[in-house]
Amino acid sequence: MTTLTQEQLQLVEEKAKAIRASIIRSVTAAKSGHPGGSLSIADIMALLYFLEMKVDPKNPKDPNRDRFVLSKGHAAPALYATLAEKGYFPKEELLNLRKIDHILQGHPDMKYTPGVDMSTGSLGQGISAAAGMALAGKIDNAGYRVYAVLGDGELEEGQVWEAAMFAGHYKLNNLTAFVDFNGLQIDGDIREVLSPLPIPEKFKAFNWNVIEVDGHNITELHNAIESAKAFTEGPTCIVMHTVKGKGVKEMEGQAGWHGKAPSAEQGEAFVNEIMGV
Amino acid sequence: MGKATREAYGNALARIGKENTNIVVLDADLSKSTKTDTFKKDNSNRFFNVGIAEQNLISVGAGLAAAGKIPFVSSFAMFATGRAFEQIRNAVCYPKLNVKICATHAGITVGEDGATHQSLEDIACMRVLSNMTVIVPADERETEAVIEWAAQYEGPVYVRLGRASVDDVMPEGYTFTPGTSTILQEGPDATIIACGALVGPALEAAKELNNNGIACTVVNMASIKPIDAEAIVKAATTTGAIVTAEEHNVLGGLGSAVAEVVAANHPVPMEFVGVKDTFGESGTPNELMAKYGLTAAHIVEAVKRVVTRK
Repeated sequence: MTTLTQEQLQLVEEKAKAIRASIIRSVTAAKSGHPGGSLSIADIMALLYFLEMKVDPKNPKDPNRDRFVLSKGHAAPALYATLAEKGYFPKEELLNLRKIDHILQGHPDMKYTPGVDMSTGSLGQGISAAAGMALAGKIDNAGYRVYAVLGDGELEEGQVWEAAMFAGHYKLNNLTAFVDFNGLQIDGDIREVLSPLPIPEKFKAFNWNVIEVDGHNITELHNAIESAKAFTEGPTCIVMHTVKGKGVKEMEGQAGWHGKAPSAEQGEAFVNEIMGV
Repeated sequence: MGKATREAYGNALARIGKENTNIVVLDADLSKSTKTDTFKKDNSNRFFNVGIAEQNLISVGAGLAAAGKIPFVSSFAMFATGRAFEQIRNAVCYPKLNVKICATHAGITVGEDGATHQSLEDIACMRVLSNMTVIVPADERETEAVIEWAAQYEGPVYVRLGRASVDDVMPEGYTFTPGTSTILQEGPDATIIACGALVGPALEAAKELNNNGIACTVVNMASIKPIDAEAIVKAATTTGAIVTAEEHNVLGGLGSAVAEVVAANHPVPMEFVGVKDTFGESGTPNELMAKYGLTAAHIVEAVKRVVTRK
């Protein structure tokens, strides 16, 4: 297992900050979108794209690249902010999020946007597609890994468990799924709407390796990914305890910010807060 | 009677899949019925059973395609297109992924299993999806040709296959091209446009009508989408009356697709042979075809009606 160096940690934390600021800027410019669940995954996005994944923005279709599927597709602003930060397309494009005749659709679209590996948005389907990609890698004996991020509310979709059963059965050890366990969905607390708890036990029951981490602690996330790589018996699920709206005090832990854009003034204040200005 | 199209599918897949190692086959616990087990015999390393989980079946197919494979995914038409409709729309058609959905046991010739397993809506559901190609092969030879084509074509394809034996109707040396149809016989009085299991009865009806002094053109319209608009307009222009015949609900299927072309280009009287907006039931395939109005005799009656409206 490789441990994170201080430089690596600093880089990922800086990128996470930049991604959060971009999320706010793009959603504010779009006047709609999903900031809460985008901010909660900014840390894992920064870690995956700036340290863990073998990807090249100059060659986004490289058949041997690692793949990423945003199964919780409504967190598209986080994915777009990360891809722009990585250099797949100019950062100015983020201000055209959700606008007609532009490349950043309301939900991730592999035909419009360079770097998007799978079109998602309808919940529960991305994890199956990620399992399909992992299976293709197994058939070809290719070395690439497939990463997927799911929402905790998304676990209410029955298809997630069809995919979980499938990935466990075929021992897809090149597949790692992250659950963004922020505890909130559109209609409120996931425990009240329709509880998908307990989450780790469910994945364990489908023969997954399960690790629980603080989803905002880069070191814990990195160590969990290292364990996932070392685990040969099957897929790994990393349950990330996160805070919805993380990084913006007013948004933190508020279901109301699931699908609401900040006003122009709020947007500016939130970006300043994130950047520590 | 010739082979069932599902049988031909299994054989074609085994043959083509042996050479084209990019082909991966998925099934949802029906491989003995869909005949994908024929492929499995020699290619078990590229066959995966997803279990009874049709939503995952389609989406795993999408993931395989996104990673460069050519997935052929099979189940019964009811479950492949009904249970997983939204997966087909959002994860296959919208990103235009190279997934071949080859569904068997379409229509009422499923027989004894009854209405829950008799898909009468799948042509309608699949043809409204952008980027989807919809094919209903009529016999063994056509099924072989369609599967051959589908493996080469890059994009989503729906192939509708049947459980029961069907007449061999297609000529030797036939190759499939989407958007084209096959004229099986020509006559000036009316045109019967059929697909799938109704092509055999259409030919039988034409023979019977000929004895009654009505000479018909018979067209096999396997390619429902893209449809052969040119052939339809020509049929309307030269014969002035059209009867469609399909083992599907008359709402939204072949008949509707033909009527869209006729209405927009050259309106002529039409009659529709198909299931009249109702569910099926248990029974033998022949009993059901008779009860639900899908025999040669029903096509004969429809042609007689349509020629009086010219």
